[in-house]
Amino acid sequence: MNLQEEYMIGLAAKGTRLDKRGLADFRPVTIEKNPISKAEGSARVRMGNTEVIAGVKLDVGTPFPDKPDEGTLIVSAELSPIASPDFELGPPRENAIELSRVVDRGIRESGAIDAKKLCITPKEKVWTVFIDLQILNHDGNLIDACSLASIAALSYAVFPAYDGTRVDWFTKTTEKLPMTATPIAVTVHKIGRQPAYLLVDPTREEEDAATARLTVSTMDDGHVAALQKGEAEPFTLEEVEQAIQWSLAKGKELRALI
Amino acid sequence: MKRDDGRKVDEIRPMEIVAGVIKNADGSAMVRMGRTVAVAGVYGPREYLPKHKQRSDRGVLRCVYQMVPFSTDERVRPGPSRRSTEISLVTTHALQPAIFLEEFPKTVIDVFINIIQADAGTRTAGINAASVALADAGIPMRDLVASVASGKIGDHYVLDLAGKEEEATAADMPIACMPRTKKITLLQMDGDLPPQDIKGIIQLSLQGCEKIYALQVEALRKRWKL
Repeated sequence: MNLQEEYMIGLAAKGTRLDKRGLADFRPVTIEKNPISKAEGSARVRMGNTEVIAGVKLDVGTPFPDKPDEGTLIVSAELSPIASPDFELGPPRENAIELSRVVDRGIRESGAIDAKKLCITPKEKVWTVFIDLQILNHDGNLIDACSLASIAALSYAVFPAYDGTRVDWFTKTTEKLPMTATPIAVTVHKIGRQPAYLLVDPTREEEDAATARLTVSTMDDGHVAALQKGEAEPFTLEEVEQAIQWSLAKGKELRALI
Repeated sequence: MKRDDGRKVDEIRPMEIVAGVIKNADGSAMVRMGRTVAVAGVYGPREYLPKHKQRSDRGVLRCVYQMVPFSTDERVRPGPSRRSTEISLVTTHALQPAIFLEEFPKTVIDVFINIIQADAGTRTAGINAASVALADAGIPMRDLVASVASGKIGDHYVLDLAGKEEEATAADMPIACMPRTKKITLLQMDGDLPPQDIKGIIQLSLQGCEKIYALQVEALRKRWKL
């Protein structure tokens, strides 16, 4: 453990942090609606100094054989070297893959998109929804920022014109995506080992000191749609319950911003 | 509630664990949970190369999960996928807290997990096998790691989902824990559940892990004739 970590743990014991926030406080969060006019929908999310853009593109493709009457969803995240001295060029590594899969599952498994309404002709033609995440500046908490940007971009997205054979991306319709819910991911990080403290929305410094995290995606009705524990330190059942409570409360605040 | 395979809701699938199944490996194990079969092989601690990846204060645990092409109804394309990469990562994190890695600076412990037949719960079977394989390799550990996936079907919490239950459940929640301290080392979930159900399902899984733990210990005793 280095001095900085020790200092942060000391602060956490007093219920505060390097930037004077409380343990359950987010940095200021803003969502910019449709910053990319070429995309079918997009959202720029800023959480403190963390900045990400989610872009939604739509195309017509073939369905998966096990779900012939459902549209498909593909989420990709790139940790491009523009966003942090720690990111390197190259194909997505473990961290980028985990990030995109956690975002993907929060949306897919919650049924936030009514996938059946994306079907054009069963077994043949369905809409494919691409969500691409571009990290512009990494100052911690990418999972929450990317999830929020994704669900916001989906809720702003409209279909391009489609005449049955060709998609015309130059002409946007006013028809929105068939959204049924707004899942919001809130990640609770753990710093220190014994004693350990929980906090939300870490900066990059805090994230580097964290020993584990738990992402909880909650729905409009207070249900939980997804959980994902990350990093190696274990959680107790009590800590899991605490994380769910925080996530419900913070999720409500973030959902109101969309 | 009646389950497809006749089990009670709080019953794990018939389970078989055999330690020492791969002669070349330093430690190995096969775990069968119903029709899901996982084989794990451990190599190491051995020198971690290239050298710049070594950690001077501890060893590094590296797990690779993969599904064999013939393990499912539809052939799995060989090679890493996004899914297998993520499972490898969460498996590493699920096992790491149990191992005294600080005893082995500059080394790597490689754990290879091959799913040779898949019928739900492959990552949990893989973790169960890997944990026994690590102990079989004689690597000092705080505890074994036991793992199971549970969910909720109708009004019932259901332990160790199998086959079609994965589609029927309101949520699929794989868990791994160190049974002695009940510390949770893997927790994932997707689906739709009110918060109070999560506690119930975790508690059910922790009980299931105790049973798996007993079988893991038994397999190691048998292997080393203790």
